[in-house]
Amino acid sequence: MLGIVEQLRDKMQRTEVYKSIFRHSYQDTQRNRALQILDNVFLHLHPVRISRHATNIGFTWGMGGITFLLFIILTVTGVILMFYYRPAAEYAYDDMKYLMNDVAFGPLMRNMHRWAAHAMVITVMLHMFRVFLTGSYKAPRQFNWVIGVFLLTLTLFLSFTGYLLPWDQLAIWAVTVGTNMARATPFLGSEGPFGPELGMRIDNDVRFVLLGGTQVGPPTLLRFYVLHCIFLPLIAAVLMTVHFWRIRKDGGISGPDVSTKKF
Amino acid sequence: MEHLLKIMTKPDNIPIVLMLGLTIFYTWFAARKGLKNDRQEVSEEAKQADKVQVWPYLVKVEFLGALLVMAILTFWSFGIDAPLEQSANPTLTPNPSKAPWYFLGLQEMLVYFDPWIAGVLVPSLIVFGLCAIPYIDINPKGNGYYTFKERKFAILTFEFGFLLLWVSLIVLGTFFRGPGWNIFMPWEYWDTHRVVALVNVDFSQFFFGVPTRLVDDTLNPMAMLIGSFIVLGWYSLGVAYYIWKRGTPVIRKLGSLRYSIVAFLFLTMMALPIKVILRIALNIKYILVTPWFNI
Repeated sequence: MLGIVEQLRDKMQRTEVYKSIFRHSYQDTQRNRALQILDNVFLHLHPVRISRHATNIGFTWGMGGITFLLFIILTVTGVILMFYYRPAAEYAYDDMKYLMNDVAFGPLMRNMHRWAAHAMVITVMLHMFRVFLTGSYKAPRQFNWVIGVFLLTLTLFLSFTGYLLPWDQLAIWAVTVGTNMARATPFLGSEGPFGPELGMRIDNDVRFVLLGGTQVGPPTLLRFYVLHCIFLPLIAAVLMTVHFWRIRKDGGISGPDVSTKKF
Repeated sequence: MEHLLKIMTKPDNIPIVLMLGLTIFYTWFAARKGLKNDRQEVSEEAKQADKVQVWPYLVKVEFLGALLVMAILTFWSFGIDAPLEQSANPTLTPNPSKAPWYFLGLQEMLVYFDPWIAGVLVPSLIVFGLCAIPYIDINPKGNGYYTFKERKFAILTFEFGFLLLWVSLIVLGTFFRGPGWNIFMPWEYWDTHRVVALVNVDFSQFFFGVPTRLVDDTLNPMAMLIGSFIVLGWYSLGVAYYIWKRGTPVIRKLGSLRYSIVAFLFLTMMALPIKVILRIALNIKYILVTPWFNI
């Protein structure tokens, strides 16, 4: 019986279709281990070989990777949620109720989206904490740290814009408290230093631009929805691409400089 | 206590408990690794500098980590529902109204500073300061391994900002701030009608008996002078330290531009807890009042 399975497998592996998909055999050789990374568009983000300390979870805490994983989970669950949600004040809350009570696996998708979002804020902070403590922002990785800071703020903005979308009391008031700060912006806010002197009023200052009105209302919901689902994720994806690419270009994951014998 | 448990187990607050536990754990974990490295000639990381193949040694760890995270997230999502309150109602303000939990440190700052400082200046300076770190920290040591001895100032400053200002103020804002943004101890009931009588005074009034406003309600130039003197005096500490230590190798290598940025950011960060203490202990509202802004 086993013989037939093996024969079939061998036969399949010799077909043109199989060979066109998988470029190398799975025999455990040095060469195949290298090809496994090099021939795979997703895995070739990695180098083929890496210092042993970099595979140690005690060194990296895995927080950057977990943050990326959570971003992917959020993208997938977010797209599913978009099928059931309309960003208009008269529908949004009812759509949430529908999702939580009548959609199969609706609550699971929404819960995963919310808890992954909270978790991502935490893991991104811990990632920054680890990178600081190992001094990994030092030359030549200075600029990648700066990109990381922007990704951190983007994570907070993504979470903040998503907070409004359920259109319940929690959402509208948390966002009201958060966006009230904008009116105090120096020069650009109606209540900020030098704002009134420059002609800023409640209906033309920076908060008005953010909310699309003088208070959190239906235009705010649409604005935050577009920012949350399209604009911010796109920017984050671009910056993440640069962030990951720079890790490789800046010499891979940080480690002690063994060549100078000073560590 | 029952009340604290109720707030701690609110679905949206579970992540904050999680964050508190994780930051405490990782601070201890990293400190232990750093101190261990400091005690030995060669760091633990340098002992593991030999190369291994990514397939399977790294991919295996990533795969197992991803499985674990997804398993935890799935159980979490099956077990606890995301909150959904009453439909949005602009005419019904909840008390307390809180920003999302990661902004509660900034919301806490609103007690001590005007919104343009707490809500705009402080967050901008946090972002700017974080971006500046790699360019103002010119200490080449401690790159790529845990240490404490070689980077004492950097590590203590960052941990002060992250743990004491950012994380603990989030915890304070979530668990101890109740209706009216008053402080409630865990065993206290959140009384919506509690009124706290506060007699706020300004700095010049408290220490020098100079009132901020004159009898005809215009600003007192004398108070403004004292206030400006205090604020400028605080930042001139940085100048004084520079003049005192300008001969040392660290300051000389840093250069005047980098030093100014370090000193400004450091003094600004340190001014936050000082204002908090002045406000809580002495009810001091403003240090400096001008027609355009107050500090």
